[in-house]
Amino acid sequence: MTTPSAADGARPASSGGRAPSPAATTTNPAGRPAQEPPLLELRGVGKNFGPVRALSDIDLTIPVGQVTALVGDNGAGKSTLIKTVSGIWQPDHGEILWRGRPVHLHSPKAATDLGIATVYQDLALCDNLDIVQNMFLGREEMKYFQLDEISMELAAKQTLADLSVVTVRSIRQPVGSLSGGQRQAVAVAKAVMQQAQLVIMDEPTAALGVTQTRVVLELIDQLSSRGIAVLVISHNLNDVVNVADRVAVLYLGRLAAVAPIKDLDTGTIVELMTTGRSSRVAATPGEPAHATSQPGAGPGTPTAGGTPGNGTVGHHTGEAP
Amino acid sequence: MTGQTTVPSPVPTEEAPSDESPTGRLARLARLQALQIIIVLAVIVVIFAFLKPSSFLTVFNIRGIVQNTAILAVLAVGMTFVIITGGIDLSVGSVLVFSGVVADKAMGAMGGQGWGVAIVGALVAIGCGLGWGLVNGFLVARAKVPPLIVTLGTLGMALGLAEVITGGVDLRNVPTVMVNSVGFGNIVWQVPTLAVIAAVVVVIGIVILHRTRFGLHTFAIGSNPEAGRRSGLNVNGHLIMIYALSGLLAGFAGWLNLAFFQSTTIGGQSSTNLSVIAGVVIGGTSLFGGYGSILGSIIGVFIPATLQNGFVIIGVQPFWQQVVVGTVLIAAVYVDQQRRSAALRGGGKRKMGDLLSHWVSGRQAVPARE
Repeated sequence: MTTPSAADGARPASSGGRAPSPAATTTNPAGRPAQEPPLLELRGVGKNFGPVRALSDIDLTIPVGQVTALVGDNGAGKSTLIKTVSGIWQPDHGEILWRGRPVHLHSPKAATDLGIATVYQDLALCDNLDIVQNMFLGREEMKYFQLDEISMELAAKQTLADLSVVTVRSIRQPVGSLSGGQRQAVAVAKAVMQQAQLVIMDEPTAALGVTQTRVVLELIDQLSSRGIAVLVISHNLNDVVNVADRVAVLYLGRLAAVAPIKDLDTGTIVELMTTGRSSRVAATPGEPAHATSQPGAGPGTPTAGGTPGNGTVGHHTGEAP
Repeated sequence: MTGQTTVPSPVPTEEAPSDESPTGRLARLARLQALQIIIVLAVIVVIFAFLKPSSFLTVFNIRGIVQNTAILAVLAVGMTFVIITGGIDLSVGSVLVFSGVVADKAMGAMGGQGWGVAIVGALVAIGCGLGWGLVNGFLVARAKVPPLIVTLGTLGMALGLAEVITGGVDLRNVPTVMVNSVGFGNIVWQVPTLAVIAAVVVVIGIVILHRTRFGLHTFAIGSNPEAGRRSGLNVNGHLIMIYALSGLLAGFAGWLNLAFFQSTTIGGQSSTNLSVIAGVVIGGTSLFGGYGSILGSIIGVFIPATLQNGFVIIGVQPFWQQVVVGTVLIAAVYVDQQRRSAALRGGGKRKMGDLLSHWVSGRQAVPARE
């Protein structure tokens, strides 16, 4: 296969591709060496299902406290990517770094222990348990060998209040009786209470009404304002534009572009999603927005990794707080 | 503190889901059902008491009902845990017989009539039950064979092996002290020892199910094993423990059974499993998993016993008991389903066909929510 990721200069730590070399670091003068590493970094991550390449050569960084939207058409590999990050599947190639340190996410629990929480609208909650029980599931507080209901209830209430979740009537009502937006809120509150530093949300606004969608988007804002990184998958570009700081576009298992939201408009995103490239993005040198994977392009087109690419490195690194 | 603690909702931006009362903690639904089933039992008692007060409402008669129900109650505790996980254990009656047979053999080999022999017998019976329970649990959780099939298989295996060991003839090596004190004795006045032992098991079961992490995880797995897994629960290990618990209690019930009948009752336990399952379901535990209470199960096993006893006393053919219990069983599940589909938004109605495919496919209850 082609290795266009070598041309990927859009993100700081991946400037050396899958084999970061000293040379690569030296060609990255704009990136301050003392800078804190990104929260999560994927380097050359690939995943195959039999002969199907679901993901290839994904280089992606998730900075602290920012909302990164992951968009792409059906089958672009969004779900595969987040399942890889949340420990459900293991990558076949490449490596995952957490705060600059390589990690092996062999199970969902390993990811959770690290601080990666994945919020699924439907899969992560037990309908028959109440809100408190769901929020503490797997980490219940005990007192005299019995569940410490009172302290769990207080902590849950506090967390929900901190997240400005006010629409829940009783935190002792079963989660099955909640609306879609409230379920999301409970799942997010659970992640927050478990000290998650990266919250991954899979289609958080799918099947939600206007009001509930707003609740969820406000929740995402709350998270990033608390310094928690958010990786959100969405089909809804309006939501993406409203809430995201950065957008990563997947196309046929490859990362077509990663850019701050201000550098992209909806049209460009759609173009990237549907064709994997955008004339507008690629044509603006010095822009952080950068098409990394062009199916038509030859292997490792060096032009993209040239000086403009390096220019983007510094710019983009500056984006991360 | 444990009551209705609400997050203040000054601006209710979403319409609240409508159900009749503010839904409380999860046990509330189960408790409500336990309450309803207590009322059913009370009505049955009142009817019989009205028809034949002189013979039904006597200490002797009530003592008999309680004693006859004690062994089923012990089995019902384990069965409640299993059914809450969305599983089923058909093997309890056979495991009871097998454990009784092996314990009887062991006590016969020791050849005494004292407490020492009886206690060894109890340990042997519990060990046998635990062994079968682990087999069930391992096959269900690890080998992913559906619980209906696994326990149907071990039902036959345990009974068959018991008959191989005994040649099909009941054994009667039961120490007299065990029969006199456990089987027929009273702790005080007219309170049978058997019932007190069962009550202790029931109380321990209630505490474990409703007050501990183990119990909470049982509910969680019964509701959504995938959520449990993603929350870091060891779902397979938990399932193995659940089936092991059911087996252990069946083994212990085998020992109680020996004390009560002074016999291994090889031929007499063919419908024990169904009686226990019926009791648990009548008591409000959902066959789809996720809901249930031990208290309800205990009341549930009392209903058939009370009916049987009452019909004999008022001179109705006792065979009617089966007809009535069958009706109550179906009615209980019907009412339960109606209420759940009303209470849980989007839960939808689940039909009996779903249940069969749910068991046969071996999935733990995973409602598809879209």
